[in-house]
Amino acid sequence: MEFLLVQALSGLASAASLFLVASGLSIIFGVMRIVNFAHGAFYMLGAYVAFTLTDRFAGPLGFWGGVLVASLVVAAVGALMEMVLLRRIYHAPELFQLLATFGVTLMVEDLVVLIWGSEDLMGPRAPGFTGAVSVFGRLVPSYDFLLIALGPLVLGLLWLLFHRTRWGVLVRAATQDREMVASLGVNQKWLFTSVFALGVFLAAFGGALQIPRTTVSHAMDLSIIVEVFVVVVIGGLGSVTGAFVAAILVSELNAFGILILPQISMITVFLVMAVVLVVRPYGLFGKPEGAPRAAAGISIRPWRPMTNLERSGVAAVVVVVALMPLFAGDYTLSVGSEILVYVLFAASLHFLMTVGGLSSFGHAAYFGLGAYGAALLVKYFGAPMEAALVIGPVLGLVGAVLFGWFCVRLSGVYFAMLTLAFAQITWSVAFQWVEVTGGDNGILGIWPSSWASTPQGFFWLALAIVVVCVAALRMLVFSPFGFGLRAARDSALRSEAIGINGKSTQWIAFIVAGTFAGIAGALFAFLKGSVFPETLGIPTSVDGLVMVLLGGIETVSGAVVGAVVYKALAIWLMSKTELSKLVLGGVIVLLVVAFPKGIVGFLEDLRHRRPKAPGGAGSEGAVDVAKVEAAR
Amino acid sequence: MKKTMGIALAAVLLASTAAKAQQGEIKVGEINSYSALPAFTDPYRKGMELALKEINDAGGINGKKLVIISKDDAGKPAEALTAANELISKDGVVMIAGGFLSNVGLALSDFAKQKKVMYLAAEPLTDAIVWSKGNPYTFRLRTSNYMQAAMLAEEAAKLPAKRWATIAPNYEYGQSFVAVFKDLLKKKRPDVEFVAEQWPPLNKIDAGPVLQAIDAAKPDAILNATFAGDLVKLVREGNTRGVFKDRAVVSYLTGEPEYLDPLKGETPEGWIVTGYPWYSIDTPEHKAFLDAYQQLNKDYPRLGSIVGYSTVKSIAAALKATDDHSTEGLLKAMKNLKVSTPFGDIVYRAADHQSTLGAYVGKTALKDGKGVMVDVVFKKGPDYLPSEEEAAKMRPAE
Repeated sequence: MEFLLVQALSGLASAASLFLVASGLSIIFGVMRIVNFAHGAFYMLGAYVAFTLTDRFAGPLGFWGGVLVASLVVAAVGALMEMVLLRRIYHAPELFQLLATFGVTLMVEDLVVLIWGSEDLMGPRAPGFTGAVSVFGRLVPSYDFLLIALGPLVLGLLWLLFHRTRWGVLVRAATQDREMVASLGVNQKWLFTSVFALGVFLAAFGGALQIPRTTVSHAMDLSIIVEVFVVVVIGGLGSVTGAFVAAILVSELNAFGILILPQISMITVFLVMAVVLVVRPYGLFGKPEGAPRAAAGISIRPWRPMTNLERSGVAAVVVVVALMPLFAGDYTLSVGSEILVYVLFAASLHFLMTVGGLSSFGHAAYFGLGAYGAALLVKYFGAPMEAALVIGPVLGLVGAVLFGWFCVRLSGVYFAMLTLAFAQITWSVAFQWVEVTGGDNGILGIWPSSWASTPQGFFWLALAIVVVCVAALRMLVFSPFGFGLRAARDSALRSEAIGINGKSTQWIAFIVAGTFAGIAGALFAFLKGSVFPETLGIPTSVDGLVMVLLGGIETVSGAVVGAVVYKALAIWLMSKTELSKLVLGGVIVLLVVAFPKGIVGFLEDLRHRRPKAPGGAGSEGAVDVAKVEAAR
Repeated sequence: MKKTMGIALAAVLLASTAAKAQQGEIKVGEINSYSALPAFTDPYRKGMELALKEINDAGGINGKKLVIISKDDAGKPAEALTAANELISKDGVVMIAGGFLSNVGLALSDFAKQKKVMYLAAEPLTDAIVWSKGNPYTFRLRTSNYMQAAMLAEEAAKLPAKRWATIAPNYEYGQSFVAVFKDLLKKKRPDVEFVAEQWPPLNKIDAGPVLQAIDAAKPDAILNATFAGDLVKLVREGNTRGVFKDRAVVSYLTGEPEYLDPLKGETPEGWIVTGYPWYSIDTPEHKAFLDAYQQLNKDYPRLGSIVGYSTVKSIAAALKATDDHSTEGLLKAMKNLKVSTPFGDIVYRAADHQSTLGAYVGKTALKDGKGVMVDVVFKKGPDYLPSEEEAAKMRPAE
């Protein structure tokens, strides 16, 4: 009994650490609706700056002053980022801020190594909190008690700030209706900058408070960012109290879970989130959102199938690409095959995000399931490549049927986070089921049949499959099913009124996207000759998102361009420099600022700015559709 | 819009205009997690550079200059394969080497088998790479999981402790290390029982609850296989909670400067560890290495430096042993190849392709506010490996 109490106390201390970081994200996420991927980077920066300060100035004043000053310094950096970067893209489609903050995160990971060196750094213990307190004969660190007290204290202060100050009232008003607050003469620019700075301050504070417990290293951000998001979503968007409760729930379940199943830590938060979201679609304390904003919300040009001229253009490009094996080297071709695989992966995600209006944060699950499906067939049934390529993706399809059924019941960020939870659960199965999947050592020896084993052969195989699949996805967009899907995306009420079953249409779209991702995954397995759990991991999902956003979320086939640009750049940089993250992050940030509608979105803008030839593409009917789309 | 795709592909094409092989050069490819794990790979690279300089200053490989082309794998098997592909098909290297993570090592080893290229695994610790998933194209330098588990189990068996608890990161490295240790310790001490186990995820240990759970089982001794940031959390939390008090602790890799040095004044005393006490190795071959390293780098070596240095020395020895630098020729040269390293002479066993590199075992102690290893013993590799006949049986039929 005493033991359980002490275990609960340890869980509370973990919860407090988690909440301090999550509270900042909850504010930014809840008020500004920005998926701030850089929150982990600010957490890490807080720890690094605090390390430098506390290392230099000893004593209680040095330590606590250092922690506070570090948080303020990093908050200033955050405010600067909001002003020079995020302000430029508030009017970009939703999720575009994710791309910008992702670029910043990549840069920070390399920058901290350049500034602070590659070694793990250990900061001092907190003066006055170095010892332990005896609870029922067991020692509990006094620093744990400090953290346990800080959690509710921060929660209370935030509540006072938002409910008892004019600033807080304005922030809450701006959350509900930005334009109204602006028309009342409030400078909402500064309001949002201050909210962002507050959120970053809390992230850095949470990071700085970790230095008496762990070492500071360049991988700190990744170890926390996803879990913090999960905590915020479990609690319900915009509810700091919810984040507090969620942090306690997750940490306590973990503290007691490891007593029964020591491996559970890997997946606790995601299991909790999956259960909570299935039972309560808006998190524990969240309220149903108003009219859900569509992911592709501001497009004013109607989509149309390609003209014959454009079709021949694309066909010409495909022919040129198909001729590449005649003159290109082996390495170029295998890189080309990898890019083609990602083109299909990104195109499948793009179909779900743009046409379906459903942003998935866990699309890697279906890519990875396809890869594992093919690999398991080869390993256990000795299937030839041809059979594995056909049957392997079925595993992706099955996964999409199962998970999709739950996911399409939600919308917006909750949908995205539930897909993430399912992806992580799938990942943990692949990781932990060592007997079948080989665990993190993966499945080896998945090589193509002899006719496709040369780089040339495989390139042609990949090209054929990818061209057919991307064309099929495009045809689906302009099929009656595609129109129905877009109707469900744009107006749930109107589409239902004309007899479209929104949920089942979206479910089918989810399955289609999952299956095509599975095909890409099966190809990937044979390209690499092996499969590892990382194909199912969060970085793969994020890569997919980045490709779609980079290409342009409001375009029909932007993902193709996004995938080619991103993957080619990433591979080239990896080969040329060890600071590839710094350069890649910088390029992403520049692209975000230069092309807030994505690369293809930008090109289309350019094209449509030119005066139209009479009787050309801009016919009467199209204009009508444009009006309708603009009005929604 | 697919035009952009064509342009991008063409750009890749231009970038890949093959660097022309110069006369009098031998090129070797090397891949490691430079951006993902700089704490290991920085000293590793410095070790490689030192060995490369020594070899080329002494006339290279029979008069030809040895060139090593390094690539980053970002800690991901898929990226490592892309890099390996580039090294082989574009840069025209005669063999590949490197690797830190076990799954990267296994991916490269399978790639080597498929493309019929030789791969010398530098750091990957997994036993699978030479045994259950071994192949004719892959050799491994580093003292393996099995060997270090055997060394530590030998020391553990001397302890009076009967009740053991284990803490290891939840992935193959931790799982296989704990399994081998348990097995070997029980063979030596049938009276030992394992009463608790904890498997925190790598880099995400929730140290308080984990230690509390271990403490509740009241073990006499604890086996730890966590390292880096997880280790620091564990040590700090455990010291404060008194979990390590009056308990023996056997801890894997903790004596390596990479992991011991960050602990500074909080280094626990008396843990039995494997590691690299560079400050107290008196052999002439290590002294020569240490002097040369410190002259070149103004820094002390880490274990990564030894691995990088010995990898390049092994490559050079293989290239010198034969004029036939085809894969077949190199594979033949690697078998029973003798190489001098700072840890003494090693041999790459013909039967299982594992080198006989040994390791240092000792106890942790505090000296001038820093963690050090004391009572250091060098354990010779061959004493902790199964015989070549037994090892050959563990490999898949060729």
